[in-house]
Amino acid sequence: MSDAGTDAATEGADESGGDATGGAFGSAIERGEDVPLLTGDGEYTDDISLRGTTHLAIRRSDHAHARIESIDTSDAAAMDGVIAVYTGEDVVESGVPNTIPTAWDLPGLVQPQYRMLATDKVRHEGTGVAAVVAETPHAAHDALERITVEYDRLEHVTDPVEAVEGDIHPVHEEAEDNVAFDFELGDADATDEAFADADRVASVDLRQPRIIPNAMEPRAALADWEDATEKLRLWMTSQNPHLHRMLLSAGTLGLPENKIQVIAPEVGGGFGSKIYHYPDEAVTAWCSMQLGRPVKWQATRSESYLTDCHGRDHVTTGEIALDDDGTIRGVRVETHAGLGAQLSQFGTATPSYLYATVLSGQYTIPAIHCRVVGAFTNTTPVDAYRGAGRAEGIYVIERLVDVAARELEMDPAELRRRNLVEPDEFPYESAAALVYDSGEYERAMDLALEHIDYDELRERQRELRDEGRYLGIGIGNFIESAGLSPSGLAGDLGAQAGGWESSIVRFDSTGSVTVLAGTADQGQGHRTTYAQIAADELGLSVDDVTVVEGDTDRIPQGMGTYGSRSASVGGGSIARGAREVRAKARRIAAHQLEASADDLEFEDGEFRVTGAPDRSLHIQAIAHEAYLGHDLPEGMDPGLEETNFYDPENFTYPFGTHVAVVEVEPETGEIEIERYVAVDDCGEIINPMIVEGQVHGGIAQGIGAALYEGAAYDDEGHLQTRRMDEYVVPHSTQLPDFETDNTVTPSPHNPIGVKGVGESATIAATPTMVSAVMDALEPFGVDHLDMPITPESVWRATEGDD
Amino acid sequence: MYTNDFDYYRADSVDNALALLGDHDGAELVAGAHGLLPRMKTGEESPPALVDIGQLSGLDAIEVVDDGNSVSVGALATHTDIAESESVRQHASALADATAELGDPQVRNGGTIGGNLAHGDARSDPPAALLALDGSLEVRSTDSERMIPATDLFEGPFETAVADDEIVTGVRMPIDDGVSGYRKRRDPLSGYAMVGVGVWLRTDDETIAEARVAVTGATTIPTRLAAVEDQLEGEAATVETITAASARAGTAIADESFVSDVQASAEYREHLLTIDAERALYDVLDLDQ
Repeated sequence: MSDAGTDAATEGADESGGDATGGAFGSAIERGEDVPLLTGDGEYTDDISLRGTTHLAIRRSDHAHARIESIDTSDAAAMDGVIAVYTGEDVVESGVPNTIPTAWDLPGLVQPQYRMLATDKVRHEGTGVAAVVAETPHAAHDALERITVEYDRLEHVTDPVEAVEGDIHPVHEEAEDNVAFDFELGDADATDEAFADADRVASVDLRQPRIIPNAMEPRAALADWEDATEKLRLWMTSQNPHLHRMLLSAGTLGLPENKIQVIAPEVGGGFGSKIYHYPDEAVTAWCSMQLGRPVKWQATRSESYLTDCHGRDHVTTGEIALDDDGTIRGVRVETHAGLGAQLSQFGTATPSYLYATVLSGQYTIPAIHCRVVGAFTNTTPVDAYRGAGRAEGIYVIERLVDVAARELEMDPAELRRRNLVEPDEFPYESAAALVYDSGEYERAMDLALEHIDYDELRERQRELRDEGRYLGIGIGNFIESAGLSPSGLAGDLGAQAGGWESSIVRFDSTGSVTVLAGTADQGQGHRTTYAQIAADELGLSVDDVTVVEGDTDRIPQGMGTYGSRSASVGGGSIARGAREVRAKARRIAAHQLEASADDLEFEDGEFRVTGAPDRSLHIQAIAHEAYLGHDLPEGMDPGLEETNFYDPENFTYPFGTHVAVVEVEPETGEIEIERYVAVDDCGEIINPMIVEGQVHGGIAQGIGAALYEGAAYDDEGHLQTRRMDEYVVPHSTQLPDFETDNTVTPSPHNPIGVKGVGESATIAATPTMVSAVMDALEPFGVDHLDMPITPESVWRATEGDD
Repeated sequence: MYTNDFDYYRADSVDNALALLGDHDGAELVAGAHGLLPRMKTGEESPPALVDIGQLSGLDAIEVVDDGNSVSVGALATHTDIAESESVRQHASALADATAELGDPQVRNGGTIGGNLAHGDARSDPPAALLALDGSLEVRSTDSERMIPATDLFEGPFETAVADDEIVTGVRMPIDDGVSGYRKRRDPLSGYAMVGVGVWLRTDDETIAEARVAVTGATTIPTRLAAVEDQLEGEAATVETITAASARAGTAIADESFVSDVQASAEYREHLLTIDAERALYDVLDLDQ
């Protein structure tokens, strides 16, 4: 915000602009929340105990696809310490709506009922079939084994292409061909024409494997139903407590929304997986309603692997049409997206609108067409995972550009450069239905290439190849449609919820400030960055501001934290609210100083009369006056707080360039990451240290997808990668030192110029790493390998060649 | 996950521990518990009782014994103790390498060598070192003591020749004029050995007089590679010899004995074994490839 607030004197009574008087915005302030989190003082859901708490464990299906013939719970119910055992039929008989809704409709979408516990069939391994409530968690888990379920097994399918093309018993009777939706975006005819006219066409067939999110804290819920008031309190691991409250009310439990309080205490990571309304938290609440006692459910790590929504699972054919000079003429993409056995809330939006719309990447591409077939499969539901849709789309376009560069025998950096959207073309309307807000793509790309010393590196690569060593240089250019989302636009596309964010900025009567925000932190550092935004607008220190999130009874409304939206949409709301607070304070100051509001300067929290600087009032003193109410302007209500709803007018578009250098040893297939440079432009930076942290974590997850991660199902439809020693999350020791830098291109429409950074590096790092390994393997004639690119896959690709 | 219910006893002497084992059918010993507890939490093992010997004193000594002919390591010596021991470095270098590469610092600081070897995890590092060093386990029961040679120790995945009523009290390795080392290729996920190769060689005037080469991680049971050893013995200590010998690493083992998982197929492990055996041999002979 360096330029926005330097000229306080010209601001006058109009408080619409930023005001950098506090200086808190833009500083690498240490995260205030870290001490309790690091010392174990942080209170997570499982840390909370109520008197008489009982414990829930859920019996899950061992089969991928089977009809439930019978469930015998009598042995389990008779065990010591077991209070109750319920099945899906019990939930049905209770008369609750019992329907987990999807939050995004698409034309022709097939929406089978998604119940809290299965009644007729199990459709993926891990489907809940019965619930045990016991006095201790151990007793509940022990009793699970004593429930006898008889199944009639059905044939299953885990692959999205096979699901729709094979002659397979359908996952849902409502979709005989397993197609949930068949989605198209872009102009098919114009794209066909572009391909017919272009000099060359390059293509790639690729898979983007399933990612298991692996939040450090497994999901948990503690429900407390009070019979006397008919009120439900539910502590849970939530990225969006208000959304959960709404879905529990309207979808599963049927309670009035004002009789549900959802509380998200400390939440240990989410990466998307804690956005969704799963069956388990609703079952927890429902059990408490049956028993009138508190019920706690804490997922085991194995349950997380089986039931947290997975990410990605795309099978894609991509084609790119170019002229010989490298000008991109068109892109055509067809994707089969695995949705899993049920439609999770954003399971439909993620592989459609969040994916196809970014296929233009950073490039001017006149014609784009994308078709996505969303397929039901007998697997864990798939939904948004950090980068959601955008990561998959950018991966496709970046792979296509690399493959095309090889086809044209052109340097991949040069091919990218020739097609970048120029700074004077913004706002840029892409052929994939987005309007990019701002960007200086070449500046970020140049900076990244300069950091890595690109030309020198290419020279070294040539020399090493002569020695039989294989260096690879990978480039990843990305954009992201972040800051989800402008409500009207999202609504036109099928969203069943708004995209605004809400906050309250409140001066307390003694001058401290409380900010209540509708987003919900899972480690992002909102308590620090939001305090910086409010402090900056109000001319205070961050220590004067306390941020409260994660409680639907304390915070009136909110949409939550996902889609790189908190800083831009949540932060935008806080800035706007703070400006309204400041405007009211100015009117009180003008009244008491007997000056015109236009004649007041505001600096470091002090309103001063222009030309008479000794006549001043501090905003904290004004807060006191506002609550005394003794001497306010005529007609003004007392108090000093504002509720703000901010609906962004567009997405924000963070961008940047990442570059990786690897050396591949063909003999063993080992991939050594030599360097990793990330240049990110996330608009204005609230806290550089937090931005760097987000980039570090994002790169780690992006590299994880490229080289290590990937869920696998065996022939029986069982998840093979179901434990931490079966599914590889990269260790810090496997990652290089990250070299990070930023350019700053403010978002022109965001109140604080912020674009967001939560997902950027995850989106960038995956194509960057794959690009680097493929570049190393160029002498072996290998154009593409699917992720995760393990040493074995490299060895197999190079074996016998050279 | 939760373990099944079990009884816990803390032994105050080896005799007491042996008595407790005798009293409780199916009881298992624990010291560092880094091997057993994770398997109890996943339900792979459910012993009805644990006998904790972690607090016993006098079982963690590392010393040269037997008139200077052996190095003895107490069963309760931690991996860190061993990795940092001058005697082990000098006389049983392969074990120093293996314990230094094992797990992570917490595991090395808590885990003990006796428990590691008795546990019989085929992915762990010390087995290959012990096989290469021709070491033995000292074990006691209530009425006898015996030595189990490394070659007889490993019977199957998590199965060893240590009987249910026996306690490992120490590990013994001969002191000789051979050189040894251990080379590990770490599984990116578990940190165990995807392939681990232990090597011991005695050279006589530039000729390899005796050789022992052993593998862990790649195979379902840690094992010696006799075909490689045979090819080395009596040959000049040269790059050519090593290349020819290590090429036989794969053939030394039946195909079905190679581990295959999501990370690495049996075929790939066999390929890596050839390479890593070669590199391990270069390392101990200090040759450049």
